[in-house]
Amino acid sequence: MGKKLLIHNDKVPGIHTLEVYRQHGGYASVEKALKTMSPEAIVEEVKKSGLRGRGGAGFPTGMKWSFLAKPEGVARYLVCNADESEPGTFKDRYLMEKIPHALVEGMITSSFALGAKTSYIYIRGEYFYVARILEAAIAEAYAAGFLGKNILGTGYDLDLYVQVGAGAYICGEETALLESLEGKRGNPRIKPPFPAIAGLYGCPTVVNNVETIAAVVPIINMGGEEYAKIGIGRSTGTKLISASGHINKPGVYEIELGLPVEEFIYSDEYCGGIWKNKKMKACIPGGSSVPILPTELLLKTAAGEPRLMSYESLSDGGFATGSMLGSGGFIVFDEDTNIAENLYTFTRFYHHESCGQCSPCREGTGWMEKIAHRIVHGHGKASDIDLLWDIQKRIEGNTICPLGDAAAWPVASAIRHFRAEFEAMIPKTELAH
Amino acid sequence: MSNPVNIKFSDASLALIQNIMSRYPEGKQKSALIPVLHIAQADFDGWLSPQTMDLVASVLKIQSVEVYEVASFYSMFHLAPVGNCVFDVCRTSSCWSRGADNIIAHIGKRLGIKPGETTSDGMFTLKAVECLGSCGTAPMLQCGASFHENLTPEKVDALIDSYRAAGTRRSYTDMDYKNTL
Repeated sequence: MGKKLLIHNDKVPGIHTLEVYRQHGGYASVEKALKTMSPEAIVEEVKKSGLRGRGGAGFPTGMKWSFLAKPEGVARYLVCNADESEPGTFKDRYLMEKIPHALVEGMITSSFALGAKTSYIYIRGEYFYVARILEAAIAEAYAAGFLGKNILGTGYDLDLYVQVGAGAYICGEETALLESLEGKRGNPRIKPPFPAIAGLYGCPTVVNNVETIAAVVPIINMGGEEYAKIGIGRSTGTKLISASGHINKPGVYEIELGLPVEEFIYSDEYCGGIWKNKKMKACIPGGSSVPILPTELLLKTAAGEPRLMSYESLSDGGFATGSMLGSGGFIVFDEDTNIAENLYTFTRFYHHESCGQCSPCREGTGWMEKIAHRIVHGHGKASDIDLLWDIQKRIEGNTICPLGDAAAWPVASAIRHFRAEFEAMIPKTELAH
Repeated sequence: MSNPVNIKFSDASLALIQNIMSRYPEGKQKSALIPVLHIAQADFDGWLSPQTMDLVASVLKIQSVEVYEVASFYSMFHLAPVGNCVFDVCRTSSCWSRGADNIIAHIGKRLGIKPGETTSDGMFTLKAVECLGSCGTAPMLQCGASFHENLTPEKVDALIDSYRAAGTRRSYTDMDYKNTL
């Protein structure tokens, strides 16, 4: 049984209410941080914890916080990224729905550390009912004196609001999110300047994922050094994994980073093995954007080491033989899965979600969808697989935001590891040419 | 700007809009645009007509084009009339792997429509959409604010019957979430 810090109380009746949440130690981090710590000391604890952004990029949170500009007389903002849209990822929804106060508590402590007086939780529009749950929790926190003016008599003021989006994957990209929060189309901004210098309304801004913010609570409660002892190497702490696809027990699991991948898939504590007594063919371990791996490379690295659920182990071997932990969107496919058909759903997804600013992404995602469509519908040409490869190569690295890379990597990895499956779908008359 | 005199927000909606506008710094009230468009879509027949968008522009004191360009960007905003119940059926990877295409086909057959179409009685619109963050409970569809998960053809039939019997419009801002059958 691994250590749990975020959703250990998810089954407690009434845990979504402030009363029950407090009975289980809730808001202790706010008391400790606001009454006994300086903002700088909180940032220091987060640095010591080794916490890395849980949205997908894995950037050290403490370092991101320390980049925040602090010009005199200019407002600073903390914006929580609850736009969770990466296919295969639904952990933030679970956390917010079950234990909304965990996010509210983290937002208060983190906002204090960053000197923000107004903070926003930007949540994807489809999660409207979750936004309602968060709003109810926030109202309770105001009534209890954890939000508003002069919080706990410390003189610190904070307002916290929930903002709903309206259906756009790109708004999970932090600058697109800020554009959307300003009432515009979700077009990512050219960087620099980074949000730490010029973010929301041109002011210094930190954008953090839901799970990242929630992890600040145990870090402050136990101290950064203790938190850093959990996990493995530079993958400290626990991580929420969204498990889906052909497994017996889909759902959200909190794991201690470093858990063997094989144990995660086959243990009854987690995924419970492959459904219908089938064998596993492949897995996407970190959300749709990260490379798909065949079973043998998922369970063991190319060097034969057991693969672990950690940032380093999952990316061992680079894209040639590895993948990424990403957002922790863990999608498993059984032996009967047609990898090309699955890829087609991704090409369609990224084409739909491209914001259209950069031509390599806007045009390239459309071409990839079109070509994948004709391959899986039996009208592929002999040259199509190489053409797909060529297009993804021309998108990668040539766009102002990571959506281009995110669209390219699934195509590249599916062809890299499962080329024969694509070839098998090309009509024999075509191959004769 | 066309004249939005024909339609107006209810007092309750206006009060909510004022509350939302107060959440942003002075001069940044355009930030309320997306939340207000959700309210407008719910209040005016489930879609955003040019008149409705002009009304939103006048309430937020911004240009109509600023509303159009945003409304046309986000997939939850409908720029043409839709049925009372819009079925957003997820079809991306995890849902696909657990039979989303069969669910879409089944709904289409039951209702006699294809994705993107509305039944002639104006009751249902079928949409095939991209990942809704419900991968662990696939296949699924969203109708209004409600997520209907772990779908089977039987569950879908029951859902259609219950929505048809209720006959009311479902909007994304509905409060009756999680009424999974």
